Amino acid sequence: MSRISKAERQLQLQREAAGDHLYANRVRVYPKSVHGPVRRFKWAVLIVCLGIYYLLPWLRWPRGVNQPDQAVLLSLWTERFYFFNLKFWPQDIYYLTGLLIVGAVGLFLVTSVVGRVWCGYTCPQTVWTDLFMWIERRIEGDRNERMKRDAEKVSFDLIWRKLAKHAAWLAIAFWTGGAWIMYFVDAPTVTVEFWTGAASKEVYFFTFLFTATTYLLAGWAREQVCTYMCPWPRFQSAMLDEQSITVTYQGWRGEPRMRGRRHDGAPAGDCVDCGACVTACPTGIDIRDGIQLECINCGLCIDACNHVMERTGRPKWLITWDTLADQAAKAAGRQTTLHLLRPRTLIYASALVLVLAAMTVALAMRSSVGLSVLHDRAPLFVRLPDGDLRNGYTVKIVNKGPNIALFELHTAGLDGAVLAEMDEGLGPAARLGLPVKGDSVGTFRVTVAGAPAHLVDGSQNIDFVLRNTETGEQTVYQSLFMGPR
Amino acid sequence: MPTKIEKDIVTGRDTTGHEWDGLKELNTPLPKWWLYVLYGTVVWAAVLFVLYPSIPGVNGYFRGVLGYSQRTAVNDAVRAVMAQRADTMDRIKDLSFAEIRKDPQLMAAAATAGRIAFANNCQPCHGAGGGGRPGYPALAAGAWIWGGSLDDIQQTITYGIRSGDEKAREGQMPRFGADGILKPQEVQQVADYVMTLFGDTEPGKDVSAGQKIFAENCAICHGEAGQGDREKGAPRLASRVHLYGNDRAMVVAQVTSPRMGVMPAWHTRLDEATIKSLALYVHSLGGGE
Repeated sequence: MSRISKAERQLQLQREAAGDHLYANRVRVYPKSVHGPVRRFKWAVLIVCLGIYYLLPWLRWPRGVNQPDQAVLLSLWTERFYFFNLKFWPQDIYYLTGLLIVGAVGLFLVTSVVGRVWCGYTCPQTVWTDLFMWIERRIEGDRNERMKRDAEKVSFDLIWRKLAKHAAWLAIAFWTGGAWIMYFVDAPTVTVEFWTGAASKEVYFFTFLFTATTYLLAGWAREQVCTYMCPWPRFQSAMLDEQSITVTYQGWRGEPRMRGRRHDGAPAGDCVDCGACVTACPTGIDIRDGIQLECINCGLCIDACNHVMERTGRPKWLITWDTLADQAAKAAGRQTTLHLLRPRTLIYASALVLVLAAMTVALAMRSSVGLSVLHDRAPLFVRLPDGDLRNGYTVKIVNKGPNIALFELHTAGLDGAVLAEMDEGLGPAARLGLPVKGDSVGTFRVTVAGAPAHLVDGSQNIDFVLRNTETGEQTVYQSLFMGPR
Repeated sequence: MPTKIEKDIVTGRDTTGHEWDGLKELNTPLPKWWLYVLYGTVVWAAVLFVLYPSIPGVNGYFRGVLGYSQRTAVNDAVRAVMAQRADTMDRIKDLSFAEIRKDPQLMAAAATAGRIAFANNCQPCHGAGGGGRPGYPALAAGAWIWGGSLDDIQQTITYGIRSGDEKAREGQMPRFGADGILKPQEVQQVADYVMTLFGDTEPGKDVSAGQKIFAENCAICHGEAGQGDREKGAPRLASRVHLYGNDRAMVVAQVTSPRMGVMPAWHTRLDEATIKSLALYVHSLGGGE
């Protein structure tokens, strides 16, 4: 180890004694309330999002006898997802994949055009944090009042306000956790069951879990979630470029900041360095430092700054939505135009359109009958006493219709094939009639016997043809008929 | 240990003091609550160590305050499942095959129980799915020696074949060749004839000598037309499927000194409900009658 000076060693010892220079106390953020168009828009988005979240489970949607009448219901117990007129089976899980792709590409597109508006307006973390802050302000007052009270000695005033705030938070968190459960079980039923103690352990557990997470994340963690937990701020820079519209401090207009320079005659920018943009920020940053990881692009600093600009008789929009390229041009005194259409946005947009189109087509062409045929693993075939070969198959028929239906199964490709269903004792016959109850999967053990004329490498193709005798809908499944090599 | 903490000019932040080949790391301190979460998990781990089996020792291990054991938990779970199944298995035992087949729920339970019992007990010889192999009948093919009805199958599984059980299925074939009942040439002649029953007829070959020997010696058990006799366990010869193989050498060997396989009696190992489930499963493989 190299020798170090005494002073350096002293500094080092001090730091080690402090022992925590790798960890910092959390800097508490006391966001100041603002008024203005951005704030009003943000409230509107919040009301719409929360309104949908809390009320949607209560929307009824009659579907007929023995069918749930909840418009949106993810029924894990019966393995059916209901979205208004659509009903999804576990087999339809790829729609979820499609939905996730749409969500991801949509987020990329929006981010590359208008920055992190998802973070600033619609992310649940933002929405609930905003709601919790609103409650905090109702009970504890605005920034200055809260800071003052927190700094003072513990008083009755402080205690009852804190208690009231946390009680209100917990109540909302509980409502949030409860509403989450209602997407998975019938809302009115589970509400009654919950309060009569008749609900399942899972219902109580998940209600408690989501109550706890809502309370902790929106009440306590807040901007810490965005800064330290969420991966999105970390890779957003891959979607942003100099043409993306983001919340921007117009440095060329604002600098040099003029605090204390009013009277000394030095040139001054529009920024009065009042700090309104900083105190309004829900993540506690200074937008004048430029685009940064913590910025959720909510634009509340715009409202705060506009207010100050108005009062001091300067043009508004010192902080505004703009692109880096535009700002650079303006600083150089040039005029520019927005470039919304650029390779990045076009690629994202076309990917989005493609996936949406594919999903729509798939959804429109969705069959109400599903057929899958699984050849027995062992034995692959058996030789019958009369010399014919017989293969065994597990046939699964999905009847997505509401009523019992009779399906007719036959094969094509093997002359003189004789089918038999073993469990129900149907056949032997060339065509089998297989009844399947409504909204369920029928599983049948079907054997096919025949004398294949020509086997290539021990097998030949055989098609299973299934016809719904009620609707006439027909499905074909390709399989193999096996024999000795 | 940090050796040289500097101030970064661009950000105004300290470095951590570590340096790797000229690369320095900015110290962007984590909020302390992250650290406390880590400490919390450490405490949680310590609690788990006390509650559950954890530290190994020379004579066993620390068993934990809760006294939890995976072995006990598994045994309890198995017992619970058995208790849950008891009712269904009792009904399978008490009801007739026809009644079981009428009840889809009971049938499904029997099919599952039969499938699992088959895999555990029967599969080593009869093959997965009852595919069979030389010496062990293909149950899926329907070439039954002792009968393929549900009752026949139940009887065979319960008491076995030549198993030594007093109710076992018994059948003996004389050693025609080895004991000199037929001369070697006669064995060859009868084999020629039997091959025609298999369906492998050489055109123009005279098998009348073999046919005569067959009628005098074999037909009494295997039937005039080689159709077999299930009462005696004499296999059907007019078939494409045979227990020990389909070629002429097999026929000669079998007539000379027959192999007669043994199947154990399973009632000593399996309960009645399981055997009935097995019969239903075997019956459903494709060969059931």
